[in-house]
Amino acid sequence: MNGQAVGKSVPRKETWEKVTGRAKYVDDASNLGLLHAKIAISPHAHAIIKSIDLSEAWKLPGVRAIITGQYYPVLTGSPLEDRPPIAIDKVRYYGEPIALVVAEQEHIAEMAALSIKVEYDPLPVVNSPTEAYQKNAPIIHEHLAMYKRTEEAIPEAGTNVANRTKIRKGNMEEGWKRSDHTIEVHVTIPQSDHAAMELRSSRAEIVPDGKVIIHSTSQSPYVIRRAISSFLHIPLHQVIVHTPLVGGSFGGKSAIQMEFLAVLASRAVGGRAVNIVNSRELDMISSPVHIGLDARVKLGCTQEGKIEAADILFLYDGGAYSDRGAIMSRAGATDCTGPYRIDNVHCDSLCMYTNHPYSTSFRGFGHPEMTLAIERAMDILAKKVQMDPLAFRILNAIQPGDTSPTQTQLNRSNLGDLSMCITKLKTLIRWDEPSKAEIHGYLIRAKGVCCFWKNSNTPTNAGAGAIVMYNADGSVTLLCGAVEIGQGTRTALTQMLAERLRMDEQMVQISTDVNTESDPQHWKTVASRSTFLVGNAVLRAADDAIKQLKEIASIVLGYPPTELDVGGGRIYFIHRPDIGIEIIKIANGYMYPNGNTIGGQVIGRGNYSMQHLTQLDPETGKGTPGPDWTVGAQAVEVEINTREYTYRIVKAASVIDAGKVINPEFARGQITGAMSMGLSFASREAFQFDPNGKILNPQLRTYKLIRYGGQPEYLVEFVETPNLEAPYGLRGLGEHGLIGMPAALANSLTNAIGVELNQLPLTPEMIWGMVHDSV
Amino acid sequence: MPSYNISQYSIGLQVNGEWRTIQVRTADTLLYVLRESLGLTGSKNGCDNGDCGTCTILVNGVPIKSCIMLTVEANGQHITTIEGLTHSPIMQAFVQQQAFQCGYCTPGFIVNCHGLLNAHPDANEETIGIWLESNICRCTSYEEIHKAVMSVFTSNNAAKPTSQGS
Repeated sequence: MNGQAVGKSVPRKETWEKVTGRAKYVDDASNLGLLHAKIAISPHAHAIIKSIDLSEAWKLPGVRAIITGQYYPVLTGSPLEDRPPIAIDKVRYYGEPIALVVAEQEHIAEMAALSIKVEYDPLPVVNSPTEAYQKNAPIIHEHLAMYKRTEEAIPEAGTNVANRTKIRKGNMEEGWKRSDHTIEVHVTIPQSDHAAMELRSSRAEIVPDGKVIIHSTSQSPYVIRRAISSFLHIPLHQVIVHTPLVGGSFGGKSAIQMEFLAVLASRAVGGRAVNIVNSRELDMISSPVHIGLDARVKLGCTQEGKIEAADILFLYDGGAYSDRGAIMSRAGATDCTGPYRIDNVHCDSLCMYTNHPYSTSFRGFGHPEMTLAIERAMDILAKKVQMDPLAFRILNAIQPGDTSPTQTQLNRSNLGDLSMCITKLKTLIRWDEPSKAEIHGYLIRAKGVCCFWKNSNTPTNAGAGAIVMYNADGSVTLLCGAVEIGQGTRTALTQMLAERLRMDEQMVQISTDVNTESDPQHWKTVASRSTFLVGNAVLRAADDAIKQLKEIASIVLGYPPTELDVGGGRIYFIHRPDIGIEIIKIANGYMYPNGNTIGGQVIGRGNYSMQHLTQLDPETGKGTPGPDWTVGAQAVEVEINTREYTYRIVKAASVIDAGKVINPEFARGQITGAMSMGLSFASREAFQFDPNGKILNPQLRTYKLIRYGGQPEYLVEFVETPNLEAPYGLRGLGEHGLIGMPAALANSLTNAIGVELNQLPLTPEMIWGMVHDSV
Repeated sequence: MPSYNISQYSIGLQVNGEWRTIQVRTADTLLYVLRESLGLTGSKNGCDNGDCGTCTILVNGVPIKSCIMLTVEANGQHITTIEGLTHSPIMQAFVQQQAFQCGYCTPGFIVNCHGLLNAHPDANEETIGIWLESNICRCTSYEEIHKAVMSVFTSNNAAKPTSQGS
């Protein structure tokens, strides 16, 4: 098999481990000799800690340590250091850790955590980002001005603004002057949860020479290393992080949270190994969650439907601490118009502090939320100019030659082909048939559509390395830092490597684990960037290995390396392919018949970093936040009962410009998986807060997810417009299936019942309320 | 050192065909003991509340969520975990359809499907739906799981034409 690995649906490398229960996740290691840590949490969303009484907790047998925020009062967070791992002086959300107990047995640690008595002075609670934005809102971070930060975050001291990103493009006055029609829409999306099936857990020990060894379920083992090194003031190389298979994460395990607690717990018991695992309840409310959004969008267009102006305010619900919420709000700004050409744009996108759990990366990184706002506005404006919603989108679709809101010049390579996606979607969902039809009596079927785009907001120096090692049998081992979170990246990377080395993909081996001590660094397994960053590094490593093979073969065969090629397990002379040498004979050096040996093990190395990215101008947003966009068009078809507003999602469709599909089965799985997650949170998932900011549904029994049988019929197609900077032309697609689902669902339900549905979750109760409010 | 003696019981149960005797606390769930005392970590904890199904095992052939069964209740019972299902046609079907992504919910789903296959070898789609909605897959492989299960039941039902639901 020569160079036929890319584009094939090869099975996951870890298939049999996963179906036989042998796959090892972090918490599956032997617990012999481990101590166990449990978190005590705050029952208040905003309160001063007056006193903490640990006496009852200490009475339980086998308690080895109890620590509070005073034990190691250091602030953490990136890009803004605003969060103590354990609350100091005050609590800012319901579920915030206030103490940590370490005990010989897990149940004792839990009992002790529940026995800690804390006296609080409750403070007024900020229960939404709009509340937080009011002039007289209670201030959640009094010392905001003093927090350490990188230039990626611009907080506003004396307010609840953790970050503000401004987009100023064109001339607003001109834009409104040219607009014959204008509309305004207000959209709200509450916070919800990632709800990965594997609960977050970490294990840490500090060995006598000061080395810290961490096992964690994470998307960011290399960032854990950096964060713990600076947290404990120890050299980077003294922190070793192991990440085995991860049981789902969806952005939620990119934050560093449990790792700080595990390390503090170990430190408190003299460095012994301590394990900490969330309960489902704590995983939902104490660990970081999915960001919410309050958005106001004003659009204007001409008589003919050409959009001329957009005025946008995004208030993201970042919760009590900014974490990646600060960057997500920036990401929302950089793509704030949706994939449409709008020459005059004014956007303020803010990450607001509230007394809600703090948010971190969630699949789509700020885009699914802002896309709901833009795409509701698009449908409302299309209706106003009496245009078909898809025709209106085609007319305004962004094209090569246009510029993005951050004034990046767009071309086919960095943008892809949105018009082609829309055209294909039209056929796929039979848009020429009526988009709304009565099935019988009060049962209505209706379709809704939307478009999306997403660039990645990655650090300008994000990068990855890769090592390709030839084994004595001619097989190859790939070392890299991409974490296997279920997306199939590690297998897809072996396909890309096999393609380049023109060998059988089954002869390329990769472990399931990442170990920062032996695997080359990868920034983080996030932002749908791993196949791009690591993929480019892998191809360079492959080329390096090929070069070494050719050098040895050149000496043996007597032809210059430039006239040799690789394939079929051989290095051969280009003009006479029958002349060559088997790789197996040179992969570990070539031994002449007399025993003399030249060369040695062939080890290729490669690396890749983001190129030409820049910071955004703080006043205009001008800059280049990421290397390329993935664009797409999506649709949902619902069947709704117009008496009780119960509905069934019948079909969900996505057409996405993938650049190049590496593994069709994985690609489809990523898209349908993301679509399911988008439909689930749009239709039913939301944290229910009481007026005091307490979460009322922190369980999978009361916080509902789509279950087996609830899935619609999925229609997925790809367009392939290559990104010239990416391996094989690929674009990211791990998050993108999710982005338009809330918008397409809201548009389909609005189409069905004729009332604008601008808030999530779209439960029958909520729809009933909106219908009754509107009359 | 004062002792803190909480009640421990000696329990005998058959796990994956082998009789085991273990000391357990009355409050220990079966999931906890399978994982922590017997090292059978294929059964996962996803909620400890009977909501998600990642801990599904078979007790005397019937799927049970092991996080809401006390180990003392398992005295004398026959327990099958994912590690004990070596030749299930369901497993092969999951491989064929690649009916998983992160794999965390997979053991629970496979065990539940296997229990269903034993209890209702000719189950129809409705019965399959009722049984499998007790498990959550967040990555969502529901479509692929559906195909995997249907492939086994269809070949089963083809072999036995007297097809009937539960």
